[in-house]
Amino acid sequence: MKQFIQDLAEKHNNQAKQLLQILREIQSRYHYIPEQAIEQLAGLLAIPRTRIISVVEFYSFLHLAPRGHYELLISDCIADHMQDKRSLTDYLVDKLNVAVGAVREDGAVSLDNTSCTGMCDQGPAGMVNGYALTRLDRSRIDRIADLINRREPLAAWPADLFYVDDNIVRPGLLLKQPIMQGAALRSAFKRGLKETLAEIDQSGLRGRGGAGFKTAMKWAFCAGEAQSERYVVCNADEGEPGTFKDRVLLNSFAHQVFEGMTLCAVIIGARQGFLYLRGEYLHLYDQLQDILDQRRQAGLLGINILREGLDFDIDIHLGAGAYICGEESALIESLEGKAGIPRNRPPYPVTQGYLGQPTVVNNVETFFAASAIAVNGADWFAKAGTEKSQGTKILSISGDCARPGIYEYAFGTTVQTLLNECGARNVLGVQIGGPSGTFISSQEFDRKLAFEDLATGGSVIIFNESRDIFDIVHNFTHFFAHESCGFCTPCRVGTSLLKKQVNKIYEGHGSAGDVAALEEMGRLIKGYSHCGLGQTAANPVLTTLERYPELYQNKLKKISYEPGFDLDGALDIARRLAQRDDAAAHLSQVGDHD
Amino acid sequence: MADKIKVATVSLAGCFGCHMSLLDIDERLLQLADLVAFDRSPITDIKRCTECDIGLIEGGVCNSENVHTLREFRKHCKILVAVGACAINGGLPGYRNYIPLEECLSESYLDGIGVENPQIPSDPELPLLLDKVYPVHEVVKIDYFLPGCPPAADVFWKFLTDVLDGRDPSLPYELIHYD
Repeated sequence: MKQFIQDLAEKHNNQAKQLLQILREIQSRYHYIPEQAIEQLAGLLAIPRTRIISVVEFYSFLHLAPRGHYELLISDCIADHMQDKRSLTDYLVDKLNVAVGAVREDGAVSLDNTSCTGMCDQGPAGMVNGYALTRLDRSRIDRIADLINRREPLAAWPADLFYVDDNIVRPGLLLKQPIMQGAALRSAFKRGLKETLAEIDQSGLRGRGGAGFKTAMKWAFCAGEAQSERYVVCNADEGEPGTFKDRVLLNSFAHQVFEGMTLCAVIIGARQGFLYLRGEYLHLYDQLQDILDQRRQAGLLGINILREGLDFDIDIHLGAGAYICGEESALIESLEGKAGIPRNRPPYPVTQGYLGQPTVVNNVETFFAASAIAVNGADWFAKAGTEKSQGTKILSISGDCARPGIYEYAFGTTVQTLLNECGARNVLGVQIGGPSGTFISSQEFDRKLAFEDLATGGSVIIFNESRDIFDIVHNFTHFFAHESCGFCTPCRVGTSLLKKQVNKIYEGHGSAGDVAALEEMGRLIKGYSHCGLGQTAANPVLTTLERYPELYQNKLKKISYEPGFDLDGALDIARRLAQRDDAAAHLSQVGDHD
Repeated sequence: MADKIKVATVSLAGCFGCHMSLLDIDERLLQLADLVAFDRSPITDIKRCTECDIGLIEGGVCNSENVHTLREFRKHCKILVAVGACAINGGLPGYRNYIPLEECLSESYLDGIGVENPQIPSDPELPLLLDKVYPVHEVVKIDYFLPGCPPAADVFWKFLTDVLDGRDPSLPYELIHYD
């Protein structure tokens, strides 16, 4: 191990900012981060061992205790649940003889849940040693169990288990006309870089991650900073449950995305860029590296791009299972090899980003669109969409519909239109923008997808009338409690309290004051949290409470109060140890006054 | 003195520090005695609650007797108040929640240094311990919370005088910020 760690650190130039990448490789080889490795790395990278431990503890895919030789994870997204995830997990537990959250006695396999893996259109999905598994069913699970029990090396597993479909159902303006390799850069140099920035400005392009900041303005701010080092970062940490469009863009249109990054770099004067790829998309890593190599060979990346005298290159950084790293300042922390805890803003990344230098962070789809605009011009883009939301939006549609997949629509399209096209029937409601977005009811399907109405990063999850609102709220609330980074109290404590209160009502222990308490807690978390995660963590509760107050009231018992846990069960251990079972050794669940 | 309001108080899994803080209202105790009659409370040594206006609960819920006591208070008190960090969050006794109950009991009664005649106490007279220490609002409905470890004497005074004067009790920021 000693030699391996030493070589690994050397490969990363003994740089502490590479810590996360180094730890990923150790986890991949040993299936945990051994204490010995921590000690050795602390010396090699000249950082305290506690910092290494804090990083290991922060990321879901890194472990201080050994996981199985095959680390199996099952996506816990609501879309996977709707595709029978629960009973398949039970089947898997049975088949592999390992409990969820545990390692099998022989150390061969460990099983756990993980947050949405971005395969909602081809779930239930999972991962084995970081590689995506799709369309799990009983026969596939039989095969997987067999491969594991035979200790078949992962490289020898049949490829169909890992096959990931693009499912592009409705291409629009951008997906119909991908650009030729190098076309955006050639157009930009021909038109002039300033003029190209003006063109992007005129196109009205706004950030596609959901927040919708004007792209050209972000680039101009960054270019206007005095420091000489600047960075371009592509946010491919697509963690919002129900979103998978960036996976498709990176699988089939990576050239155009990298070209968008390069375009940004030549405009703002950056020499280094990063693609921050979520760990769940490890299966794309090698092919993306190949594409970067092809671009270097074609003179589109590296030294003296298109012989215009500008240098720019791109490194790929992998995440390790942390939703919060989709927040741009947390992402930058993660790029620097630290735990992904959001920074105070301002200063924004455009002034102080990666290593404190001016940094543009944009979504995959933003770079993808920017290169198309550089080729086809502002008007081509701006004539689609609405006055405040120009162009098109690529949506990831999943849930109860006949044709889940990728849909590209001009902004301003109504929810009803997309429901019709994807074949959704008897729709109860739609989650727009993932758990952090809004749940809209069937009364609101005339609302429009646009920054001025329903802003979205692209996640659309459809629920039909057979679904229970509380299953959805329960799943989303647990998601946020799991993903809270733990930095600020309103979010760290609040999301856990919210989860507890949702559980209480969900499990039928709710009574008169519990919904009011739930709402009050939700507003507190929303109002006082440090970053967007906490500020939106109560949205599933608040948006459904607003629309279906009667459903919540119906869940409540007609008594004044009941504990949310099994009171008599809480005496089990003491009863057993004291060997008692008399009347005084028991408690009723509800007091006689209630 | 028929119109005196009746107050009951109790310390569950607490340290009586909150009760001490109540006594810290000093000379205002005389004023309070004119307005308030104490029912069940360590101050009176009355053992059972009768109908009361206010019940002040110090401490969290750590055993079955705490549950019965808390329910007795809920049954008889119009307004039930969680007083102090232990009642609200479990507080110091809640630190045992990080240690399994089996380990707590075996350390105390079986394996600890100096333990003679090791055995887990088992007598119907003894209340059984809950698996964890719970805050009071997870066991019964609570109407108000007085934060602090302990809440300052002025917090008690403000709360009680608000109720006496028929106002909705509220605590100004100065009384509940600790930094």
